[in-house]
Amino acid sequence: MTEQIAPPVLRAVRLTKAFGGLVAVKDVDFEVKAGSITSLIGPNGAGKTTLFNVVAGLSDPTEGYVEFLGQKMVASPERGWLEPILWVLPAGLVWLLTYGLGLAGVVTAAIEVLILVGLGLLIATLIVAVIRPAWYTRLLVVLGVFKSARPNDMVQAGIGRTFQNIRLFANMTALENVLVGMHGQLKASPLDAVLRTGKQRREEVASIEEARRLLQYAGLRNRDNELARNLPYGDQRRLEIARALATKPKLLLLDEPTAGMNPSETATMMKLFSRIRTELNLPILLIEHDMRVVMGISDSVTVLDHGEKISEGTPDQVRADARVIEAYLGKGAI
Amino acid sequence: MDAGILTQQAFNALTIGAMYALIALGYTMVYGIIELINFAHGDVFMVGSFVTLWLLSTFGVQGAINDPPRLTIMLIVMFAFTMTVMGLVGVVIERFAYRPLRNAPRLAPLITAIGVSFILQNIIQVTFSNSPVNVPRVIEPQAGATVQLPQFAVANFQVTASPVTFAYSHIFIIVLAVSLMVALQLFVGRTRLGRAMRSTAIDREAAQLMGVDINTTIALTFFIGSALAGAAGVAWALNYGTTKFDIGFQAGLKSFTAAVLGGIGNTTGAALGGFLIAFIEVFSSQLGYSRWSEAIVFSILILVLVFRPTGLLGQRLAERA
Repeated sequence: MTEQIAPPVLRAVRLTKAFGGLVAVKDVDFEVKAGSITSLIGPNGAGKTTLFNVVAGLSDPTEGYVEFLGQKMVASPERGWLEPILWVLPAGLVWLLTYGLGLAGVVTAAIEVLILVGLGLLIATLIVAVIRPAWYTRLLVVLGVFKSARPNDMVQAGIGRTFQNIRLFANMTALENVLVGMHGQLKASPLDAVLRTGKQRREEVASIEEARRLLQYAGLRNRDNELARNLPYGDQRRLEIARALATKPKLLLLDEPTAGMNPSETATMMKLFSRIRTELNLPILLIEHDMRVVMGISDSVTVLDHGEKISEGTPDQVRADARVIEAYLGKGAI
Repeated sequence: MDAGILTQQAFNALTIGAMYALIALGYTMVYGIIELINFAHGDVFMVGSFVTLWLLSTFGVQGAINDPPRLTIMLIVMFAFTMTVMGLVGVVIERFAYRPLRNAPRLAPLITAIGVSFILQNIIQVTFSNSPVNVPRVIEPQAGATVQLPQFAVANFQVTASPVTFAYSHIFIIVLAVSLMVALQLFVGRTRLGRAMRSTAIDREAAQLMGVDINTTIALTFFIGSALAGAAGVAWALNYGTTKFDIGFQAGLKSFTAAVLGGIGNTTGAALGGFLIAFIEVFSSQLGYSRWSEAIVFSILILVLVFRPTGLLGQRLAERA
């Protein structure tokens, strides 16, 4: 009992995701431990990407939940209808009071003032609803409109990801793609941009510097001003990783990052992932359907088949598991 | 042939084109980011001209202001105020009429947009007037620099030149519109929020997963687009000295055409389209076909779209697919 166990970065508890009658993911538990590479593997159609999207906050699980750094994550509003009611509530209360006072026979001047106050409150709440300051969002969470956050908030919380089918911003340069990834950390307001304040220029210069560094780290040299769509395939994959790193994640989700690559390209990529884990101490959740790819670098492997978890453990344990072999090679193989 | 008249007409076309271009930018930006044809946009422009009218009557301005410092301050106040108010109106429209329908079928927000258009017209009809109202022209409309172009002859062909008047109000409108367009281009191209807008336009979901708050970004797009329409509204009031609750329909339609002609989703294209349409319109009148100008404008639109379905500068749709 001397060993201190660090809490997992990500914990999925009894995750189930159904699309109508089709259960894509069923009762899956898994964890990503701090500083580890965890792989989620399974044959095509095993429900890997569905699970991945739930973890990345794109959709909510039908049942179960995802905990990231001890916080429960939910993508969409729980009780969205509550919000519009909130907008008219303060004004409504004041007007109700006014009506009551009117019945009680209070002077008209006071009544008129109160009506105007109500109108002011209504306008004020609508303005707040449009601007959405932080305290308003917090209030919504407290009231249970949101249990947690939208995907971009999850990025702020520290989940960065890449896509199975590359989704770069095709008409923007490599550098700009990385800069979009940094969006959440940059603070210049529209006003700063219009007035070109010193703050805005310093920030812009610093962020371009940082973006260059990230591009180099991911192995893209002298490609800064190339449009993303003109990059060769392998470089596009690297750019996706640089862009995900730019969000300063505390967990990196990689969805089949070596799809369509040849064995030597795949090997270089895997080296990059090990480096990210050791040098940046960044835990990685890797999705892959080719199990050979992940065996070399994973600390822990979870195997899915038909939406269910069929095996879990170190690469060696998983490799020896009869159910895994069966899922990949068919019953006859055993 | 009279070189003077041609120059004069080109100058007029530039003024009208500047207004079309400002409005077209709003159409193209909104379409680029949420693929919505914002039919209420022309009416945002119209409301802008009325906001100016309200402002001027509040300040008690009756007509042209001849004192340069006062005029400058007044113009700054007019544009700053109207653009801010219209920007906020745009944000409110987006928040309450379009955002709830963002994931609805494409037709629903389109109908809502038409609805918003009617609501805005109705509000103006009730609060102001049903008929045309005069707006004081703060820049003296007659004032301008008159230039005499040289007359010359090519072979036996005599080119005459009547004097050309460059009205200060027109010069002001053109300079202002062009500077706003340049500023927009820099904003979209060089800043963090501009990048957020472009990335959201290309792939909304991916942008969101890279930490871009798409709600704020879309709201910002509406703010900028509507503020530009507001600026066009002020320019209209300066130029014509009159406004009506339904000017947004025609001007909006022409500007939308300009946006499509230039390649919808492309800001440079929208500006180009605006000027192009104004030139076609003005010169078809000049050649004596003023009653046909509408038909000519739209025939050219059809021709362009037949050969370049994505508009003059647009490749965006093809790339997106």
